[in-house]
Amino acid sequence: MTQEYQDGNALAGPLAELFAVDVTAATGRCVSCGDTRRVADLRVYGHALGWVARCPSCEHVMLRLVRAPDAAWIDLQGTLSLRVPLPPA
Amino acid sequence: MGIVSPGFRRRRRDDDVQLPPGQYLTEDFPVLSAGPTPNIPLDRWEFVIASETGQEYRWTWDELQELPAEEPTVDIHCVTKWSKLGTSWRGVSLDLLMEDVETTADYALAHSYGGYTTNLPLEDLLDGKAWIVYEYEGSELAPQHGGPARLLVPHLYFWKSAKWVRGLQLQEFDELGFWESVGYHDYGDPWREQRYAGD
Ligand SMILES: [Zn+2]
Repeated sequence: MTQEYQDGNALAGPLAELFAVDVTAATGRCVSCGDTRRVADLRVYGHALGWVARCPSCEHVMLRLVRAPDAAWIDLQGTLSLRVPLPPA
Repeated sequence: MGIVSPGFRRRRRDDDVQLPPGQYLTEDFPVLSAGPTPNIPLDRWEFVIASETGQEYRWTWDELQELPAEEPTVDIHCVTKWSKLGTSWRGVSLDLLMEDVETTADYALAHSYGGYTTNLPLEDLLDGKAWIVYEYEGSELAPQHGGPARLLVPHLYFWKSAKWVRGLQLQEFDELGFWESVGYHDYGDPWREQRYAGD
């Protein structure tokens, strides 16, 4: 095992199933340390049971995503807020 | 990964291998982690059972090693569909660790170094069904497989066998653990194929 995690771009596919916007381009604030990070820069672990994305600063879990055959679960308890860039209204 | 690898003849009953529904055999031991592998110095390691009244029962690494060990050989079933047969472990039975614990709790939340949790009915940890193990196939348990010590509860899906186990919180209510709170089954019986909530 060379590296234990991938970067947050690994979430692009599974998140695209749930959200109409590209969430990897969003920035999230970590509940634990308050750092603001792009979802693409999170550390993503454990792609077999589900995706666990951790804050690169403090390793707190910011996002979890589980894909069952007929449903998906997403947990954002570790993300205080998510800033999603949008075209000007 | 092949469905049947050549090595499995060695330890098993060949044609009549019984696997839970939806599982396939593997000879590998895939590594699945929800976070970084914690580095736990043995002189700081401890295992703590906390009862619902707040009473704590603690074992240091040396104290755990001094307890009578058992060597279970068991089949393990991962919810990601691989099963591995005849794995051998060495460790201490939860029956022994629970012997002097005063509790009327029905549930346990296992927690690990690194923050992982998983929930189980307490009765699933008793009567020879669960161990705190520190050796795998005759060698010390490697960190990526949960060393220095992990929970082993082979009759449930393997996510219940918490790696890097640190303790048990006994409680009267069922509190969902790390995977159980995001879609995985509360109980996780492989023979009833309880993979996801609602299965
Ligand atoms: Zn953080």
